[in-house]
Amino acid sequence: MAGLHKSDFQNPVINWIDTRMPIFTMMQKEYGSFPTPKNFNYLWNFGALAMVNLMIMIITGIFLAMNYQPNTMLAFDSIQHIMRDVNYGWLLRYVHQNGASMFFIVVFVHIFRGMYYGSYKYPRELLWILGVALLLLMMATAFMGYVLPWGQMSYWGATVITNLFSAFPIVGEPIVTWLWGGFSVDQPTLNRFFSLHYLLPFVIVGVTFLHVVALHITGSNNPLGIDVKTPQDTLPFHPYYTAKDSVGLCVYLLVFACLVFFAPNLLGDPNNFIPANPLQTPADIVPEWYFLPFYAILRSVPNKLGGVCMMFGSIAVLFILPWLDTSKVRSARFRPIYRKLIWVWVLAVVALGICGANKPEGIYVVVGRVATAYYFLHFLVILPLLGFLERPLPLPESISRPVLGGAGGGPLPGGAAAKPMEKI
Amino acid sequence: MADTAATAVQGTPGAAHGLPEDPSKRDFLKLVAGAGAIVGAGAIAWPLIDSMNPSKDVLAASSTEVELTPIVEGMGITVMWRGKPIFVRHRTPKEIKEAEDVPLAQLTDPMADSARVKPNHAQWIVLIGICTHLGCIPVGNKPTDNRGEWGGWFCPCHGSQYDTSGRVRHGPAPLNLALPPYAFMTDTKIKIG
Repeated sequence: MAGLHKSDFQNPVINWIDTRMPIFTMMQKEYGSFPTPKNFNYLWNFGALAMVNLMIMIITGIFLAMNYQPNTMLAFDSIQHIMRDVNYGWLLRYVHQNGASMFFIVVFVHIFRGMYYGSYKYPRELLWILGVALLLLMMATAFMGYVLPWGQMSYWGATVITNLFSAFPIVGEPIVTWLWGGFSVDQPTLNRFFSLHYLLPFVIVGVTFLHVVALHITGSNNPLGIDVKTPQDTLPFHPYYTAKDSVGLCVYLLVFACLVFFAPNLLGDPNNFIPANPLQTPADIVPEWYFLPFYAILRSVPNKLGGVCMMFGSIAVLFILPWLDTSKVRSARFRPIYRKLIWVWVLAVVALGICGANKPEGIYVVVGRVATAYYFLHFLVILPLLGFLERPLPLPESISRPVLGGAGGGPLPGGAAAKPMEKI
Repeated sequence: MADTAATAVQGTPGAAHGLPEDPSKRDFLKLVAGAGAIVGAGAIAWPLIDSMNPSKDVLAASSTEVELTPIVEGMGITVMWRGKPIFVRHRTPKEIKEAEDVPLAQLTDPMADSARVKPNHAQWIVLIGICTHLGCIPVGNKPTDNRGEWGGWFCPCHGSQYDTSGRVRHGPAPLNLALPPYAFMTDTKIKIG
């Protein structure tokens, strides 16, 4: 009987399945009793929120695809058909469209949390790298999804973004022609973008699975950034964090619903209500808000190839962040200088976003260039040096100790830890 | 499961507060939460399911007008209505008499011919041309077609046969050919749907 799993489940049907394929034991281990640091704050909700958001996007997307036509003659009208004729089509589309924005909000906060609390440091480097890969996949998916309605912004966004590759010498032009499947953005481009827009979310599901596998090997980081030392530093994932995630989920759904029902086009561009016209570029062409900082970096460099390289570099630099940050201390709470500079970096990203949304004239050029410089300075100069120059604050002995106010270990009453741990 | 996991690490949560566990309160919370989750899941699922029902443009394109003048006696035509074939057949007096004279007891799915045509328009029979067995389209509109033993329609898929009123007389089909909703706009024009 080698290989059969000895299941602890009482229910005979579950036990029968679990003995042969221990998925119930696995779920119980990874999401039931999984030991999780007990001092999470609400920023630790955002991974679960991203997972929920991905599911919402896939489900609404599948139903939208039942009514969408990936054909340059029909695409724009098929969107109007979805909005006007299909039962609840307006809801499906507005959830999907605003879901993309919500997804980026959630993921940006998730990434910021990782940076603030040093979640990318040893031993979680691979976890972080998989996360950056997920960000890239998301960007590609969002970009191709935005092309599908075949409005003016869809068309010219597709033209501009694919033309980025023309910056590379010699191989550039053939790559762009290959991406288009022709000599301009046209039917073959739309058709393949639809195919890939349907495929990539499932690639994201796969990489997310790896992301979670890596997380469950290393265990979660926590607001103190110190390792879990004893079982008293942890709580079982269920019911403690399933409940805490549910609270965050309710708030998230509330914001999502406000966007969908009260301001569904707030984050959209009015130009995309005009059908694609290959003979006329709109006067003000801007990408979706979540690409604005990267778009600003592209425009800040007065050289075509340089701008493209800097833009790709702004993401690429995240891959090597675990090795650029030389400080052994994870959480910004115990890094007095980093704790301030991370906000300067956030300010630079926001400034880049504002510059990206405006015409590259006057003050926006200057601010864009300074912010671009600071963005890279933060990663390439400040972080490597700060590890040597900064004097970190003394770290707590364990997660339990600061929570219990010096009382040390000892048996911890179940609910008693709940109040003080919300403080950041 | 939740309780056992919590107990294993922390001890009973309620007991830690020094409060007695009230089982009926816990049951109530679980029932309310469960019911809320089911209602919520249903509310989320319904728009998704309903989006697969016919859309408004499909429902709007659901009537067809047919000019009857060109259809000579003894012949039928097939028109399309809601994506389905509709048989419109101009019956001969002999065919009408055959259809009317059949004793209902002989029929698989008994229905009088008079209930299958419009009053004063017994020469026109309008049917949904889909075999009630497995959805093939029977032949028999043209006089040269194989119309089967009862002179109506014959289904080439599994040999079902219909009489001149479109009633099943033989074979695996369980029901008569269905009747679409239609009305005479004039004596020579009908509107289906």
